Amino acid sequence: MGKPHSEVSGAKIMTRIKSFLNSDFVYRFRKDKVAVVSLGIVLVLVLSAVLAPLISPFDPYDLKSIDIMDSEIPPVWDENDGDERFLLGTDPQGRDMLSTILYGMRISLMIGFFAVLLQGILGVTIGLLSGYLGGKIDAFFMRLADIQLSFSTLMVAIITLAIFQAAFGAELYSKLAIFMLILVIGIAEWPQYARTVRASVLAEKHKEYVDAARVIGMSPARIMFRHIFPNTLSPILVISTIQVANAIISEAALSFLGLGMPVNQPSLGSLISSGFEYIFSGSWWITVIPSFFLVLLILSINLLGDWLRDALNPKLYKD
Amino acid sequence: MALLEVKDLEVEFPLGRITLQAIRKVSFSLEKGERLGIVGESGAGKSVAAFSILNLLSRPGRISGGEILFEGDDISKFDDRQMRSIRGNRISMIFQDPMMTLNPVLTVATQMIECLKAHRKISKKEAWDISVSKLKEVMIPSPEERMESYPHELSGGMRQRVVIAMALLTDPEIIIADEPTTALDVTIQAEIMVLMLDLCKSNNVGLILITHDLAVVSQVTERIMVMYAGRVVEEGGTKEVITNPKHPYTRGLLKALPQENTAGSRLNQIRGTMPSLNALPKGCAFNPRCDFATKECHQVVPKLEGRDGHNTACIHLEKIPSFKSELGNQ
Repeated sequence: MGKPHSEVSGAKIMTRIKSFLNSDFVYRFRKDKVAVVSLGIVLVLVLSAVLAPLISPFDPYDLKSIDIMDSEIPPVWDENDGDERFLLGTDPQGRDMLSTILYGMRISLMIGFFAVLLQGILGVTIGLLSGYLGGKIDAFFMRLADIQLSFSTLMVAIITLAIFQAAFGAELYSKLAIFMLILVIGIAEWPQYARTVRASVLAEKHKEYVDAARVIGMSPARIMFRHIFPNTLSPILVISTIQVANAIISEAALSFLGLGMPVNQPSLGSLISSGFEYIFSGSWWITVIPSFFLVLLILSINLLGDWLRDALNPKLYKD
Repeated sequence: MALLEVKDLEVEFPLGRITLQAIRKVSFSLEKGERLGIVGESGAGKSVAAFSILNLLSRPGRISGGEILFEGDDISKFDDRQMRSIRGNRISMIFQDPMMTLNPVLTVATQMIECLKAHRKISKKEAWDISVSKLKEVMIPSPEERMESYPHELSGGMRQRVVIAMALLTDPEIIIADEPTTALDVTIQAEIMVLMLDLCKSNNVGLILITHDLAVVSQVTERIMVMYAGRVVEEGGTKEVITNPKHPYTRGLLKALPQENTAGSRLNQIRGTMPSLNALPKGCAFNPRCDFATKECHQVVPKLEGRDGHNTACIHLEKIPSFKSELGNQ
């Protein structure tokens, strides 16, 4: 008797993994040094952000562990004032910069990831519907996307967040900030996905396997999500990496403008912003070090996305 | 009552101000377990006829007249939901290119189980077992391993076998095969055709075979229907039509077969090409290419008439010499 798909044995999974490691994809990845280094950096940053509560020396959310006397201590390599307890120095409130950065990166990555997930769900659904059904539905959603794209994401976000803050007060806002940011960035950027998905659906829907699926008697929803969707995954994967980077940047920009994460729960953006006023008094590290991490993270994600785009597009094989 | 009966089917494609008639008054029927061949050149309307049976014409094409009776119900009037319960369940279809008809990113198992689950309320395990047994039926070696394969891991012949197995999954009454062997190489073609013939016979499935390969039709089908420019020009028992074709077009097709020629001589062909649908000649659509055409042919649209189920649409039947004597003269 046959084994259903779900009961695939361990040995089979091992051979799958082995064949993946031997694949062209992995081979080309290994040959590209930029991609390997980028992936390494992204992995290290993501892991340290995820494991922040375990590896960071202090808990920046724990007010008891913070001593205002420790404020504005420069990084350890400053021979005069460096304190070996604080590897990267402290911020104006006396929080350890390293811990705060790790926790901040956690929030930035979380917002980036979930905002992209929201964009993806909205965009992919709308893109599939537009592309597959066509006609009036297509025209409606695509014009909506055009209108949405004619506003910049930041403008929409600033207006929405400012109105929310004014209407419900800063206290409620600081509690809900993370959800609001995810929501706003997520909704503002769906047209990117919708357009990409729609374009690939238009190319896919005239292929015979779609006819075959219709001939089998499948419902349009099943054809869209089970048959066409998997075929549009590679462009989705590529824009997802870029979009995560974009979402993190948007969040940082909003936080820098004071509309993002509150100071007691800082993301990379609000850290940069909080240090900005001290930069002329010589406490450069409060702004520069988080900025460095932000740039490093965004750059590696983008380089990885670039590589992925080349790798998934067989027309662009270089060698 | 016939299992499938198509009466005076008309299909048109409205294109801006003009409307192209792709199928004109085509009628045919199919009994349970019967095998019907539809032949004709590219553009004769064979595939459109097949797609219209399943109501799957691509826009802007539409059925503008006639009836398609499946077990007495006119399925051309069915809505989408009703139609879905017929498609793939009671009438399946096999396409030309198996590379294109299988979804490149899903395994064979996923596709077959999907297909079953779209029509039956069964568990994954049952669906798996049915799929494996169907793969066995189409002689795929080690079917359980092949279930886990992706289409690109299979050879062309193997893929077409999978497609046939998928068509048989739900034990349909009719299979419509649209040039099922055209994309395969010749040795595999024969294998696949024999396999389809056996499966249709053993499962008592009706087959509508659309092809331009007369050799295939003569091996597999019991009845044959020759189409030209959207009309049926000749129909009858396969053996009768192949050995004693009456319509000049059918004769042209048969004469064009290489085996009808003496070795080394120039191959026969029907002069000219199929007329475009928006510039069909008046009268009999075949008249510009016909050796027997007269003035009358430009005026009258011939009716499909004949005896003993062998019908021909030509007004000059009496004048035309028998096929054998014509071959002898060459």
